[in-house]
Amino acid sequence: MSTGKNAADEGLEPAASNQVQIEQICAAFDNDHGRMLDILRAVQDAQRVISQDAILRIAELTGLKPIEVEGVASFYAFLSLTPRGRVTIRLCDDIVDRFAGLAEVQAAFETVLGIKTGETSADGAFSLECTPCIGLCDQAPAAMVNDIVLTSLTPESARLFAARLKDGTRPEDLISDRFDDLTPIERARRMVDNNIRHAGCVLLGDVPQDAGLRAAAAATPAQIIESIERSGLRGCGGAGFATGQKWRFASTAGGHRRFVICNADEGEPGTFKDRVLLTERPRLTIEGMTIAARAVGAREGILYLRGEYVYLRELLEDVLADRRVRGLLGSNILGVDGFDFDVRLQIGAGAYICGAEGALISSCEGLPGEPKTRPPFPTTHGYLGCPTVVNNVETFCHAARIMDGGAKWFFDMGIAGSHGTKLFSVSGDCLNPGVYEWPYGMSIRDMLVAVGGEDAAAVLVGGPSGAMIARDMFHRKLTFDDLSTGGAIVIFSGDRNVLEIVEYYMSFFVHESCGYCTPCRVGNVFLQKAVAKFRAGKANPADIDYMRDLSQTIVETSRCGLGMTSPNPILSTLDNFPLVYSAMVKAPEDRLRATFDIQSAISDARHLAKRRSYIFDKDFGA
Amino acid sequence: MTEPRKARVATASLAGCFGCHMAILDMDEHLIDLMQRVEIHRSPLTDIKSFRHRCDIGIIEGGCCNEENVHVLRDFRRNCDVLIALGQCAIMGGLPAMRNAVMHSDAPLRECLEEAYITGRDIRNVTHNIPNDPALPLLLDKVYPCSEVVEIDVQIPGCAPTGDVIFNALSKLLDGKFDGFERESIRFD
Ligand SMILES: Cc1cc2nc3c(=O)[nH]c(=O)nc-3n(C[C@H](O)[C@H](O)[C@H](O)COP(=O)(O)O)c2cc1C
Ligand code: SF4
Ligand code: SF4
Repeated sequence: MSTGKNAADEGLEPAASNQVQIEQICAAFDNDHGRMLDILRAVQDAQRVISQDAILRIAELTGLKPIEVEGVASFYAFLSLTPRGRVTIRLCDDIVDRFAGLAEVQAAFETVLGIKTGETSADGAFSLECTPCIGLCDQAPAAMVNDIVLTSLTPESARLFAARLKDGTRPEDLISDRFDDLTPIERARRMVDNNIRHAGCVLLGDVPQDAGLRAAAAATPAQIIESIERSGLRGCGGAGFATGQKWRFASTAGGHRRFVICNADEGEPGTFKDRVLLTERPRLTIEGMTIAARAVGAREGILYLRGEYVYLRELLEDVLADRRVRGLLGSNILGVDGFDFDVRLQIGAGAYICGAEGALISSCEGLPGEPKTRPPFPTTHGYLGCPTVVNNVETFCHAARIMDGGAKWFFDMGIAGSHGTKLFSVSGDCLNPGVYEWPYGMSIRDMLVAVGGEDAAAVLVGGPSGAMIARDMFHRKLTFDDLSTGGAIVIFSGDRNVLEIVEYYMSFFVHESCGYCTPCRVGNVFLQKAVAKFRAGKANPADIDYMRDLSQTIVETSRCGLGMTSPNPILSTLDNFPLVYSAMVKAPEDRLRATFDIQSAISDARHLAKRRSYIFDKDFGA
Repeated sequence: MTEPRKARVATASLAGCFGCHMAILDMDEHLIDLMQRVEIHRSPLTDIKSFRHRCDIGIIEGGCCNEENVHVLRDFRRNCDVLIALGQCAIMGGLPAMRNAVMHSDAPLRECLEEAYITGRDIRNVTHNIPNDPALPLLLDKVYPCSEVVEIDVQIPGCAPTGDVIFNALSKLLDGKFDGFERESIRFD
């Protein structure tokens, strides 16, 4: 039994020791149901399952109903109601990984481990699964093995890794045999290459430590907000809301308790720039949060790190601890009376929807990651109902730099409406995938030259919730007003099948819909099926209208941004790649539906009746 | 001046209950108005069993549950200019499509037939056999709405649609002025 060792250590029956463990875990979080996600993550890590017994006990300890605990446990992909292997391997199943040879890597793992994807080995040692984009598209195919990540996998390396794991090697030792001696940053760099291809002067160039925070400490909250407003900074998480304005709303909202939350959920497939910032500029990120806290009068902060980036946890914990020691977090920051702020890490558990700020707040509150109805907006009613600023990692980094370099310095970069620089995560069919920091305003064509992707036939700007554009639009520019992106740029060469890409992204949205709204939960399934029909060459011309109609319904009736943007892969390719669809449409002969296959429709009955058809078997009776 | 040729109308009942055909007759005295403008060709109402002329309008009751339904429906599509799906069975499968709910089975059709003829409660079937006369058309794997088998031009909703709705739709079609229904005329709550 998997728990046999623990039980022996403590001289308890396994079941009893599990219960003790759960009590310890809950106690570590003060039996607070608001920390349910942390509790469940810890139980999952320790016991590899959230068992029914565990649910009952956790409910008892935290004062919730069992169904509420189960509601959280069943919401997140990384939590599981059935036992998972002690080593759980999650292959990144993004389209970029598929094109980079995922199938062979997957086959290698399956062969060596002796299980199929989706299975757990009989001895409970291994689980093998697929998971959507884990933020490593620049080094695909990639995989998570418990809390570590493996990148640039080949069938050979996969076989080797799997064999070593089978021989009992710890996942950590796959990275380095001196893993335990490495510092957190060394570990992160061993696992993941950050591929910084172009450093701009704001974020990835030289950054003087805490200069922005010092300037902010010397300024009043009103002055900070004014600087940020004048800089023209807009949110880098995708929606592009004016940051200064957001901070102003929160600063004027009523109530004494306010929060600053950093959105490091980075779930949009093809986006990985926050990963790079969190590894290379973690101090700057916290600095920006601290500045925001001073601006809006918040004393508490949360950094919400997606579960896929758990390999950065220690690194971030170390940075937080170090800043506390150096007086940059805690009470009287930089000696300023009453400038108090601290940050806790909240680790997610595999849910794209948790990047949407309402869902992110729900998740921080220990609830299933379902979006909240807006208004009210988080700036007045956010975390625990208090005014809350939620910003992207990059937004906080920019804010810190603006406090140092000045609003005008930032405003003068980029172009009207889109000021400053932006990080772009570029992946797919190009020579130099990685992160690029450029001022806003670059054209797709220039971008493609810079990344070695001149062969591109299609470029996905802003991930699947953005737009897929074709060659005749490569003059368009990367700005908020033209092609807006939270940072994802995925390049596809002419060898790629556009419909395969679209179908993949629709399956992503089907998988990630939280299920609250019927049009999003059900409509996306129908859209995916419709695309599959085109791929199979079974679509009618009318299916194009059907897809547009259904898309419109989903866009108009969904509660949150996921549903509102989920039809974009279809809508943007219908607009920009119409021939891809029309080439696959079968004009019906005699106005009969080519998609209806009479032979397959009667084949069951033919077998049951043990005879052939008078009508449709032409040679019958001959 | 010559009288304009009367429009030719054909009708068929596929996997339906004949209720929709009853509803056609249920238009009462409107039937007289209608008959001044149309002649009924292939139809259970005339017992004409095959197309000898091309028809202007084809009216289909019921969806497709067996191969013969498919054959008839395709024949109608080839021989009619405007094809109407009349009633819920034709439009979406209707009551017969309840058998489509048997889907979480390796052999849904067999399961369905066995329950209907052998294992179901209250069944008195002395032969304990599933009917299998060679004259019986083969069943389809599931019940299909007409629009999945051929293109349908007009749908007249209802189970059954009222005689008035049918009469109005046909009259407008004959005038070349049909463009859907007033919401009020097709709500049933
Ligand atoms: C489905 C969905 C996923 C999102 N994912 C992210 C994300 O991973 N990271 C992020 O910063 N913003 C994400 N957002 C946007 C956030 O809701 C929010 O606008 C953003 O965090 C605000 O920060 P900003 O103004 O600094 O961009 C997502 C939005 C939606 C609707
Ligand atoms: S739109 Fe989709 S993801 Fe958003 S709340 Fe509705 S069901 Fe959930
Ligand atoms: S729609 Fe109603 S009336 Fe018409 S055939 Fe079907 S069950 Fe009968």
